[in-house]
Amino acid sequence: MNQLFCRNTIHSIHAMVARFSLRAVASGFCLLLLWLVQARAGWAQDWLKTGTGLGVERPRIAVPEFKASNQDPRNSELLKTFNDTLWNDLSNAGIFEMVSKSFYPLGQIGTPGDVKFESWNSPPPNSAFLVFGNLAANGNNQIVQGWLYDAKNVQSPQVLAKQYTDAANTQGARVIAHKFADEIIFRLGGGVNGIAETQIYYVSSRGGRKEIWAMDYDGANQHPVTTLGTISLSPHISPDGSRLAFSSFTGAGWEIRMFSFDLNRLVQFPRFGGTNLSPSWSPDGSRLAFSSSRSGDPEIYVVDQSGGNLHRITNSRGPDVSPVWNRKTGSEIAWVSGRTGLPQIYSMGSDGTNVQAVTDQGYAVSPAWSPNGQFLVFSWMRHYGPGAPGAQDIYIMDVASKQWVQLTHDGGRNDFPAWAPDGRHIIFQSNRSGSLQIWSMLADGSNQKQLTNSGSNSEPDWSWK
Amino acid sequence: MKQLTLRYSALVVALGAILFLGACHKKQPPPPPPPPPAPVAPTASLTASPETIDKGQSSTLTWQTTNATDISIEGIGAVQANGSQQVSPADSTTYTLTAKGAGGSQTATARVTVNAAPPPPPPQQSNLTEEQQFAQNIKDVYFDYDRSDVRGDQQTSIQSDVGFLQQHSNIGFTIEGHCDERGSTEYNLALGDNRASAVKNALVAAGISADRIKTISYGKEKPFCTESNEACWQQNRRGHFVYSK
Repeated sequence: MNQLFCRNTIHSIHAMVARFSLRAVASGFCLLLLWLVQARAGWAQDWLKTGTGLGVERPRIAVPEFKASNQDPRNSELLKTFNDTLWNDLSNAGIFEMVSKSFYPLGQIGTPGDVKFESWNSPPPNSAFLVFGNLAANGNNQIVQGWLYDAKNVQSPQVLAKQYTDAANTQGARVIAHKFADEIIFRLGGGVNGIAETQIYYVSSRGGRKEIWAMDYDGANQHPVTTLGTISLSPHISPDGSRLAFSSFTGAGWEIRMFSFDLNRLVQFPRFGGTNLSPSWSPDGSRLAFSSSRSGDPEIYVVDQSGGNLHRITNSRGPDVSPVWNRKTGSEIAWVSGRTGLPQIYSMGSDGTNVQAVTDQGYAVSPAWSPNGQFLVFSWMRHYGPGAPGAQDIYIMDVASKQWVQLTHDGGRNDFPAWAPDGRHIIFQSNRSGSLQIWSMLADGSNQKQLTNSGSNSEPDWSWK
Repeated sequence: MKQLTLRYSALVVALGAILFLGACHKKQPPPPPPPPPAPVAPTASLTASPETIDKGQSSTLTWQTTNATDISIEGIGAVQANGSQQVSPADSTTYTLTAKGAGGSQTATARVTVNAAPPPPPPQQSNLTEEQQFAQNIKDVYFDYDRSDVRGDQQTSIQSDVGFLQQHSNIGFTIEGHCDERGSTEYNLALGDNRASAVKNALVAAGISADRIKTISYGKEKPFCTESNEACWQQNRRGHFVYSK
C-alpha cells in the first residue's frame, strides 16, 4: 500500500503554526515537506522525505554572545548560562535559521554602538536579524540589556530593546534568557507566544514509585510535584496553571486527585468509585472530563472543576478512556474507545452527541487536540495485526479532512503526544533510546530531542501558557 | 540292760529304714489343691466420642474390661484390657468389644455414625490457613490480547473457583485486572477494569454473591512477568484473585 500525502495537509499545518507579521518573511515555521510513505507488508518503517525548503524560508538570525558590562567575577558563569539558554530557546523555537557562529565577525557587541551592519547583513552571515546585548552582576542582582535588530534595515533597525533584572545566579540567568527569547519569538513568530517559560508535567519512576514531576520546557529543573508513594499517572495541568489533575492508585482503586500549586498540596476532590482515569481540562478550566468505571464499565464522564455535577456522556461496552477537549472551541471531546475491538479514536460533542470515528484501523490511542482546534495528534499502531512490525508512532491529523501525516519514524513505542501552547511543538514519550523517556519535536516531526535521561519518564503534559 | 540295747537297735533300724525309704522312693502325689473359688464373669464397656462425625473426621473409642483374658474389638483386633483408640470409619460402623474370661465372655458395642454429606476438602485435614487454601485452589483467569471476554478454555477455571468459593462462603476477595506491556497505559487500565469485571460477572452469574467481590485494575502497572514475548504477555493478561478476608 502506497500513500502519498498531499501538500494541502502540510500547508494547513504551516498556516496554523506560522504567520510572520514582520517583513516579507512569508514563511511557515516548518519547511515544506513531502512525505512519501511506502508501507510494504512487513516493513512499515520504509519512508522517504523529499524536497525540503521548497520555496519557504526561515529568517536567518544571528545571536552573538552577550558581553559583560562590568568587571564582576560572577559574570562569566552567568553569561555562559545566559548565552546557552538564549541560543537554545531561539533554536528550539523552530521558526529561525540560526546563523552559525563560525560566520560571525570578530569583536563582541554589547550595545547598539558596537553594531557594524555590513558585517552582519551580508554574506557570509547574511543575517536578517541580529540579537545582542550585555550582562552585569551587581550586588544580589544581575542586569541584562538586550536588543533585537532588523539587520537589513540600517536606518531604523531596532525591533526590541529590553532590560531585565533577576537574582545573580544561573537560575536567574535562565529566567532572563527565557523571557527575552519569548519576546523575540513573539515579535517574529506571528504574534504567537514563545514557550521558553512553559512547564512540562510528566510521570517519573526515578524515585521508585511513579510520581508526578515537573520540568522546564527544555528539560531543565526536573523536580517532583507529588510524593504519594503509590502509582500516579496522567497529569493534566489546568489552563491557568494553578492546579494539576491526575489519577492515582489508592487502596480502593484509581481516583482522580487534584494538586494545588497555590497551596502546594493536594486538595479535596470527590471519590467516584470504580476505576477513575485520565482527567482532562476544558479550555476555560471550568470542567473536567475523565474515564470512570463507577457504573461497571469504563465510560466518559464530565464534572465541574470542583468535582460536582457529575454526568456520563458515553454509553457503550468496552473501554472508554483518555478524553481530551477541543482546546479552541471547548465544545468537542476526542477520546479512545474499544467499542469495536481494538482501540480507536472518536470525537463527539461535549454533551455526548454526534459520535464520529476519527480512526478506523490499527490501534489508535492518546489523542491531543491542537491549541487552534484544527489538528489531533495521537499514537497509532497503524498496521496492527499478525506479521505487522508493531511500531507505535505519533501521527497528526487534520480533523476536518481526516488527512494524516506520520511524525515519528525512528523506532520504539511512541505515545502520549501533547501540544505546546504555541501549537508548534509536540512532546511525547518514546522508548527508542532503550528506556522510556520524554522527547520533544516540532509539529512537523523534525528536531526530535530527548529531554529526560534518569529512570523511566512518561505521559508528558504541557502547560497552557 | 539287754532290753535297752534292743530298743536302741530297733530305733536305729527304724530310723535307717525311714531314711532309706525316704531317700529312694518316689514322692507321694501332692494332695489335691483346694477347690478354686467359683469363676467370676468378665465385664466390658465401650464408648465412642463423639458418636457422630463427618466423613474424614475421627472418633475416639474408649473401653474398660475386668476379669477378661482375651479382649478384642471387631475390626481393630486384640487390645489391652483398658484403653482408647481413634477411629475414622468411612461409613457408619458399630464397634463390638468382646471380653472373654474364665467366667465366660462379655460384649459391648458402640456405634459411630458418619454423616452422609460431608464437605470434601477437610479444613482441618491440613494446617493450611484459609488464605493459603485460597491461593492453592483458586485459579486465575487468562485473556486474549485486547479482549476482556472470558474465553472458552477459561471456563473450567471459573467453575473450579466457583466450587471453592461456594464451600468457603465467608471468604471475600479482590479480582485484579492485568494487561501485557503492549499498548497504552491509560487504555490498558480501562481494559484491565473490563477484565476484572468480566471475571466478577462470571462468578456472580454462577451464584457467588457480588458483595464478596471487589475489582481493581492494574493495567500494565504490575506485571507478573517482564519479558517481551507471548508466553510472558499471556501471563500478564489475567484476572488475578487476591484473598481479602
